[in-house]
Amino acid sequence: MTTRANISSAMSLLKRFEWRQNIIYIGFIAVFILFAVLLGDSGFTNPNNLLNIFRQTATISIMAVAMTYVIAAAEIDLSIGSVAGLSSVITAMTLNSYGLIPGILAGLLVGVIAGAISGGLVALLKVPSFLVTLGMLGLVVGVARWITESAPVPIADMNYIAIFGGGEFGPIPSLLIWVVFAVSLGALVMNKTKFGRHVRATGGNLVAAGYTGVKTAQVKFTVLLLSGVVAAFAGMLYAGRLQSGRFQWGTGDELSVIAAVILGGTSLFGGRGQVVGSLFGALFIGLINNGLILAGLDVSQQQVVRGAIIILAVALSRKK
Amino acid sequence: MSSAPSPAIEMRGIEKSFGANPVLENVDFSVSVGEVHALAGENGAGKSTLMKILQGVYQKDKGEIFVSGSAVEITDTFAARKAGIGMVFQEFSLIPTLTVAQNIFLTNEPTRVGLIDDAKAKKLARGIFQEMEVDIDPERIVEYLSTALWQLTEIAKALAQNAKVLILDEPTASLAKHEAEALFALIQRLKAKGIAVIYISHRMDEIYRIADRITVLRDGSRVLTANLKDVTPAQIVEAIVGRQAAAHLVHQDRSAKISQQVALEVENLSAGPKLQNVSLQVRKGEIVGLAGLMGSGRTELVNTLFGILKPSSGKIKINGKELSIASPEEAIKNKIALIPEDRRAQGLVLDHPVSENLTLPLLDRLKKFGLLSNKKILQRSKEIIKQFAIKAAYPTIRVGSLSGGNQQKVVIGKWLGTNPEILMMDEPTAGVDIGTKSEILDLVRKIADDGKSIILISSELPELLSVSDRILVLKDGRVAKSLNRSEIPNEEFLQLAIQGAA
Repeated sequence: MTTRANISSAMSLLKRFEWRQNIIYIGFIAVFILFAVLLGDSGFTNPNNLLNIFRQTATISIMAVAMTYVIAAAEIDLSIGSVAGLSSVITAMTLNSYGLIPGILAGLLVGVIAGAISGGLVALLKVPSFLVTLGMLGLVVGVARWITESAPVPIADMNYIAIFGGGEFGPIPSLLIWVVFAVSLGALVMNKTKFGRHVRATGGNLVAAGYTGVKTAQVKFTVLLLSGVVAAFAGMLYAGRLQSGRFQWGTGDELSVIAAVILGGTSLFGGRGQVVGSLFGALFIGLINNGLILAGLDVSQQQVVRGAIIILAVALSRKK
Repeated sequence: MSSAPSPAIEMRGIEKSFGANPVLENVDFSVSVGEVHALAGENGAGKSTLMKILQGVYQKDKGEIFVSGSAVEITDTFAARKAGIGMVFQEFSLIPTLTVAQNIFLTNEPTRVGLIDDAKAKKLARGIFQEMEVDIDPERIVEYLSTALWQLTEIAKALAQNAKVLILDEPTASLAKHEAEALFALIQRLKAKGIAVIYISHRMDEIYRIADRITVLRDGSRVLTANLKDVTPAQIVEAIVGRQAAAHLVHQDRSAKISQQVALEVENLSAGPKLQNVSLQVRKGEIVGLAGLMGSGRTELVNTLFGILKPSSGKIKINGKELSIASPEEAIKNKIALIPEDRRAQGLVLDHPVSENLTLPLLDRLKKFGLLSNKKILQRSKEIIKQFAIKAAYPTIRVGSLSGGNQQKVVIGKWLGTNPEILMMDEPTAGVDIGTKSEILDLVRKIADDGKSIILISSELPELLSVSDRILVLKDGRVAKSLNRSEIPNEEFLQLAIQGAA
């Protein structure tokens, strides 16, 4: 009797299993095992290498947390990579002239301004976020190149480098702490607060959410503002890890971040948001990058394989 | 209205214009505690505008609204909900990706130390469903629910917000018979609890069944408010459509116009579990009605004849020649057309112009030098628009901006443009106002008069009885009865046949 009940409850659990939302974990484990077997001799399973994967994907992971909110609200933000670049540059310049705190604030301000402009245009004027943030991408890169004359801005402040990316707290790299903090906070807000719920409601059915009393314009504005600020923060991490500000930092990251979010089980059509899934999506991409390097592929080959794997993975995660 | 109990909602002298167009003129409307008040009128008569003002979606230009006797200003949907007005929308208003409980408490989430308490929401939702005497798992994701459960969830959502007034907009439009029965029973229970219900419907039988009073709007004005026991259906229909009597519902004998020649013959057709051994004949110029409950196999039958479903056995003959129809493309080639049930999903590209929708099946004939000719497309569209009296300001207007009835005419026009010999229509008048309904039914007769064969599915029996020359009653995928129109004395007889009293 009880075993039968157990079996039937297990069956119904299996039936409820959301293939699309959880495939990332299966894929992650499968690829991890595959690389561990094939590339074990090349040092893939070396703890240092694994920590490296985490470190290299930290900025993608953190931006993916904010992008999960943007996509869950059925919007998109293509400007994050370039906002990160501009923020790294502004932070470095301000840091060198006025010190640590002004540098941090100036960097974040870049995200506030870019996010507020995009968010305002989307929420108030109802311009599609795809177009607004595509325009913002070009605009922000232009500004970053202009003010630096396309040259890198070195950072010498060791405190800054220790906090943002370069340093370690005991054995734990500070980047790791930032990632864990961002993902935990992001997951909590998404699943357990009204704001997170309203973001998913806005993306799930805009009209219904509005009729129910969700302030949908405010939600859209907030997610794009958040995305801008988080992108700026990621730019500051780039600046810390690479000890300089440069307009190229973050270039093209928007595509990796969006891929990570979709891989993680968040629907591109909105209404769903899996923050932890997005982290694993980012780690999955990092895993592949790392494995391909260890396998001895050159950069162009890596690009081809990475592109193919992402298309395949996204196609699989879309399967109902 | 002598012993009128206290009104839950009273709207007085409501006026509203969109631009220069007045849509509501001096409308009074009230619904009492524990009353079901039907609101009827053609599409565009102002029903939805009036209700949207009540829910705070639109703002009135003039007039007053009283809730439980005190004047309120309903400035937005928030204010409406606070005043206790709950709406169950025709176009459903839940978030498909959230769970039932999450939807019920959206914007009203129970919290503990600032975080949403989903366990409590679940428990509260269970309590509401228990009170409603329905069984829905609060943890189900809404997009996997059936239409009926979806609707019940919306009602639960309104009740969770302590709604005193519930607005139900065409609630049975997509429900099966037993689901509609369950809904009526629920409405009775809510009534007993003192909830006021505003019931918007085109269906006369439902209105008589559950409503206490009815108000009819026509062209933005109130033309009738009465206790249902004091008015006849004919009076209501007259109020809805104006003076023209409901002539379209009177059966006209067409036997002289039906040819002896059999256009379509089906022998022992089976497809899946829902269609078994169906045989039928349709002659040229004949209108055959298909009656039956939801799930009786009506839709499956026409879908099989149109090549959407694959037959597992049986023969289909057209003009005496046996054919196999494996796809809609082949059906069209054999001059068969199907006007599907869900016009929005299956029949129209709503975002495209009327002209493109109308000519989509005809594009091969509208070319010049091998390329599509816009001139020919427009010309053909104008012809069809004129032929079917489609109310479109210009041929390139978006189909989505037309009224439901005119959208349906576009679907019909689209398929008749291909000159089919056999036309099948699945619920062609669902959700269409009475004026357009009568035009569509007249159109059906006219098409048959031209020698075409028609198979018509309708759940509205008066309609089916008024146009059909013969009615097949389907039950559990089989033909239970085949009746000549002259053998059916009245609606009750047909209803009994459908319910399977035999």
